[in-house]
Amino acid sequence: MNLRAIWAIYRVEMARALRTMLQSIVSPVISTSLYFVVFGSAIGSRISQIDGISYGAFIVPGLIMLSLLTQSISNASFAIYFPKFVGSIYELLSAPVSYVEIITAYVGGAATKSIMLGLIILATASLFVPLSIEHPFWMLAFLVLTAVTFSLFGFIIGIWAKSFEQLQLVPLLIITPLTFLGGSFYSINMLPGIWRTVTLFNPVVYLISGFRWSFYGKSDVSIGVSLGMTVVFLLVCVAIVAWIFRTGYRLRN
Amino acid sequence: MQPIISISGVTKTYATGFKALKEINLDIRRGEIFALLGPNGAGKTTLISIVCGIVNRSSGTVTVDGHDINRDYRAARSLIGLVPQELTIDAFETVWATVNYSRGLFGRPANPAFVEKVLRDLSLWDKKDAKAITLSGGMKRRLMIAKALSHEPRILFLDEPTAGVDVELRQDMWSMVRRLREDGVTIILTTHYIEEAEAMADRVGVINRGEIILVDDKAELMRKLGRKQLVLELRSPLAAVPEIFSNYALELSPDGEKLTYTYDNQSERPGVASLIRDLEAAGIQFRDLDTQNSSLEEIFVNLVRQEANPARQEA
Repeated sequence: MNLRAIWAIYRVEMARALRTMLQSIVSPVISTSLYFVVFGSAIGSRISQIDGISYGAFIVPGLIMLSLLTQSISNASFAIYFPKFVGSIYELLSAPVSYVEIITAYVGGAATKSIMLGLIILATASLFVPLSIEHPFWMLAFLVLTAVTFSLFGFIIGIWAKSFEQLQLVPLLIITPLTFLGGSFYSINMLPGIWRTVTLFNPVVYLISGFRWSFYGKSDVSIGVSLGMTVVFLLVCVAIVAWIFRTGYRLRN
Repeated sequence: MQPIISISGVTKTYATGFKALKEINLDIRRGEIFALLGPNGAGKTTLISIVCGIVNRSSGTVTVDGHDINRDYRAARSLIGLVPQELTIDAFETVWATVNYSRGLFGRPANPAFVEKVLRDLSLWDKKDAKAITLSGGMKRRLMIAKALSHEPRILFLDEPTAGVDVELRQDMWSMVRRLREDGVTIILTTHYIEEAEAMADRVGVINRGEIILVDDKAELMRKLGRKQLVLELRSPLAAVPEIFSNYALELSPDGEKLTYTYDNQSERPGVASLIRDLEAAGIQFRDLDTQNSSLEEIFVNLVRQEANPARQEA
């Protein structure tokens, strides 16, 4: 195991986060605060409680997931796309590092950043609404699992993308709509019959539902299913990454 | 002695169907400076990229110091430093950070004293806290070399090292290459600057259209394939080359004072002796004579032109 290489890559990734502090930390915090002002205070005050939880508090897990998903993807996809774009990837490919080490370093870096971000949003949220976390262990577990899964997914997008446009495409056209429609701002039980069923095909529903359960002990779908779906998505990403590295897809061809 | 790099039967066909390499067989000897010459698009960079692990080959095997580059990639790659052709650096990193990153990537423990030495040798020490983006082109090139040397490689690949580089840096690079060789580092450089190969290399390989068309000691190559010129300074100028010398392909200088005879010193009958006899018989006297070897450049141009004759391959 080339631990020094993992550490070297990880350190560079974290250094970039510090250099781009404004973009990676401050801007999500500001946008989350805006969500609280708009949905939590202005509109939320007119919405009755959902499952016995005030609307402002209800949306916290969804908002964290929204940022966690988009930031994990954008961190990891950019981290691997950028060296591909400028050509400095040659060094990584010619170094005595295994695929597992490369993934560990890049996904570890991206996930660390988005977990930190999730915790910062959580802290910001606690300034606006009264929060309770019933299952702190599971809250952290969902946070880490989701960050890792979507960093892996972002890594795949970064390898696949041939242009900056493609890099933005998946987060913009797929992830953001899925998150908005995945119950960030409402309980899927509020949807009429057919739409509730349709929504169950959205994988993000399970992430948000499970995460909300860890806060308030209430969920749209059972916690076991939530956890299972998250793990399934993680395994799918692992399988794709393994295939990419085995074939050298868009890296060594 | 076992070659430090052994390439056998390596081919590369890109997804587009383009055959970049056709059956490459090549051994690099330990401690030598090997120049790989070839026109643009000949396959030089593809070959290097395969050995370094950047590009997958289609078939064939490559070993580096006995380690297969796939099965034993860690051992193989640890030995190699690569300076690619393009200036590709993370522009926002400082010189110090990026060189130390390279060292870490190759699994070497931190060694600030060594990294400092590398930067000083390459006149980069003053710039250690500068971001790569602020460096001049020449400085970026030095930085690429520093990154490649940061993990103390035993083999150094220099892909077109002096393309677009000023005279001072070129001189610095050449002396650096010689110093590395004295330390036992094997150096493989690709170039289309023939004088570079001529000045530096122990052996020369010529690659064209994905095939190695020749590998030889530089001196041997120049001796074998070199065309020689015999220049005669005449006592009295000639108006034209007399008709009887039409067999010799002689050239007369515009002032009529020099006769140049180009011949192949490989040939059994170079014709020098008979030319001199015939000149004497014709009453043409000369004051002095001089012979010149043709440069590697001429050899190279000739070889690449002789596309139809790949029989000289000798890998």
